[in-house]
Amino acid sequence: METYALLLAATLNAGTVLALAGLGLLLNEKSGVLNLGAEGMMLCAAIAGFATVVHTGSDWLGFVAGMGAGMVMAALFGWLVIWLGTNPYATGLALSLFGAGFSAFVGVSYVQAKLPERVPWVVPGLSDIPFVGEALFRQHPMVYLAMALTLSMAVWLQSTRSGLVLRAVGESPQSAHALGYPVRLIRFAAVLGGGALCGLAGAYLSVIYTPLWVEGMVAGKGWIALALTTFATWRPVRVLLGAYLFGGVTMLQFHLQSQGVQIPSQFLDMLPYLATILVLVLISRNPLWIRANMPASLGKPFTPTA
Amino acid sequence: MLALEPRAQPSRFWTWVSPALALLLTLMLGVLLFAALGKDPLRGLQMFFWEPIRSGYALGEVTIKATPLLLIALGLAVCFRSNVWNIGAEGQFVMGAICAAGVALTADKASGSWMVLLVLLAGVLGGMFWASITAALRERFHANEILVSLMLVYVAIQLLGFLVHGPWKDPAGYNFPQSRTFEAATQIPRLMAGSRMNLGLPLVLACAVLLWVFLFRLRAGFALQVGGLAPAASRYAGFSSRQALWTSLLISGATAGLAGALEVAGPIGQLTPYVPAGYGFAAIIVAFVGRLHPAGMVLSAILMSMFYIGGELAQSRLGLPKSISGVFQGLLLFCLLLCDTLINYRLWLGRVR
Repeated sequence: METYALLLAATLNAGTVLALAGLGLLLNEKSGVLNLGAEGMMLCAAIAGFATVVHTGSDWLGFVAGMGAGMVMAALFGWLVIWLGTNPYATGLALSLFGAGFSAFVGVSYVQAKLPERVPWVVPGLSDIPFVGEALFRQHPMVYLAMALTLSMAVWLQSTRSGLVLRAVGESPQSAHALGYPVRLIRFAAVLGGGALCGLAGAYLSVIYTPLWVEGMVAGKGWIALALTTFATWRPVRVLLGAYLFGGVTMLQFHLQSQGVQIPSQFLDMLPYLATILVLVLISRNPLWIRANMPASLGKPFTPTA
Repeated sequence: MLALEPRAQPSRFWTWVSPALALLLTLMLGVLLFAALGKDPLRGLQMFFWEPIRSGYALGEVTIKATPLLLIALGLAVCFRSNVWNIGAEGQFVMGAICAAGVALTADKASGSWMVLLVLLAGVLGGMFWASITAALRERFHANEILVSLMLVYVAIQLLGFLVHGPWKDPAGYNFPQSRTFEAATQIPRLMAGSRMNLGLPLVLACAVLLWVFLFRLRAGFALQVGGLAPAASRYAGFSSRQALWTSLLISGATAGLAGALEVAGPIGQLTPYVPAGYGFAAIIVAFVGRLHPAGMVLSAILMSMFYIGGELAQSRLGLPKSISGVFQGLLLFCLLLCDTLINYRLWLGRVR
């Protein structure tokens, strides 16, 4: 029982990284911009956050640094794609490739660095409940923040005026432009927001989840988060649930290993990637369904004709 | 203020000059980077642009790294031209290396030198097999090829890890996770003494010529590109998009697999966990910087190879991390995308007219 409580707790923790990045990309894509650079933004944010914590000792400053790094990279991407009309696929890939190289370069001196020991944060009272307390209420505050963010993003997109404007920009930029909304600025803001959340995910990964810096440590999580937005048919709550599902797959892999299951560890390490392919196949079987849910202008450039 | 004005038609001049301008911009950023790190910028640039071409031996090293880059990029160019976003060439490269190693490890002292052909063939088939998974899932289930091909990279790398830690580990290898060294009969013959330059070089140049013929002289190549540029026109002309998907992925799988085979049976000479060196990703940059044109990609592959070697030299002689080559490669692609705006836009000093 104890083991399963810990397993559930670890699942939520692992899922938080994916959820934050997935929500960021969802925000991005709701505005009609596809950013393939999540992996690179997360890597740069991971080292930025990690280095900040090493020097200042403050986790929260680390998160801020990660968000800042993600936003700087997202700003570059947004400027190129939204104003200069570069190919979003190529630009996103450039962001990912550059991010991998740059983070490895900057991170060399931090490879052996260790972060200070932390006191686990517990929800007073609730954490003493047997099983549930162990599983749900002994988490880093960011885990709950991710949940809150999911709900508020769902409400914001669905029932507020500004959320509706963002969706309008993603569904039909021409109409939004005709109504007088600054389409490119709104898209840019969404890209920045996406960068900030991907950055937060990267910083959480290196500062809290692992917590250490290794070259290429994001290991495809940015791409899995990208797939998550599709699985979730662009709905925040489904992104969160999908993220926990993938967190669970990752944890299952460690759990099986610790149970001494006679499968070579490399095959267990394949699980998250194979699971991504499997879910992608299941969800994409019906292209009409995807098309009905996808923001209609996703990946298409928009130039206002005055 | 600077302002951008759309051109009536794309500028031919900038189509060709933009990569050179991008390189220049990258160099300037490189000078700034070296200065910021407190290194002599001239000495830094010397590592990247003079040392790699200074001697015959150094040139051989450039060709060793340019060969896989160019091979993979040639295949990717077919994909990108037909609007198939295969970014998992790294996985196809690793799979080619694994299959090639599988054949090479069956050889013994008595094997004839024709074995090397089988090794290369196995690499080609391995890469094609890995790419065909992406094609099949895309065709049958409409699964996004970007994500599937990328996920398969991680799967292939884990498979490689399993093989070198498990069944293929060299029993006499002091417990290092690597296979035994391949027999001489299965190694790629070198072109001359005193250089590591090998038969891969003429092979890849032949592939570049073949690609040129395919793209610009054959109907099949034309059909692929129409499908990429104008899907509606392509459907109207009766060109099959299904065929385009399979052809482009199989070609790029084959070239990436061949590159993997050349790598394990060439400079490395055994299967190790260090086979995936990022060539599959760097080749994406080679393809774009080379304008998806065979001749352009020859030049950009040489350039990117010099970046790799420059990074190694910067590590050994200037004490900078080797990953500086990745920084430069990424910067180059960014600068190219930026400069490419000039193809479709005119830059004005003043207000938009």
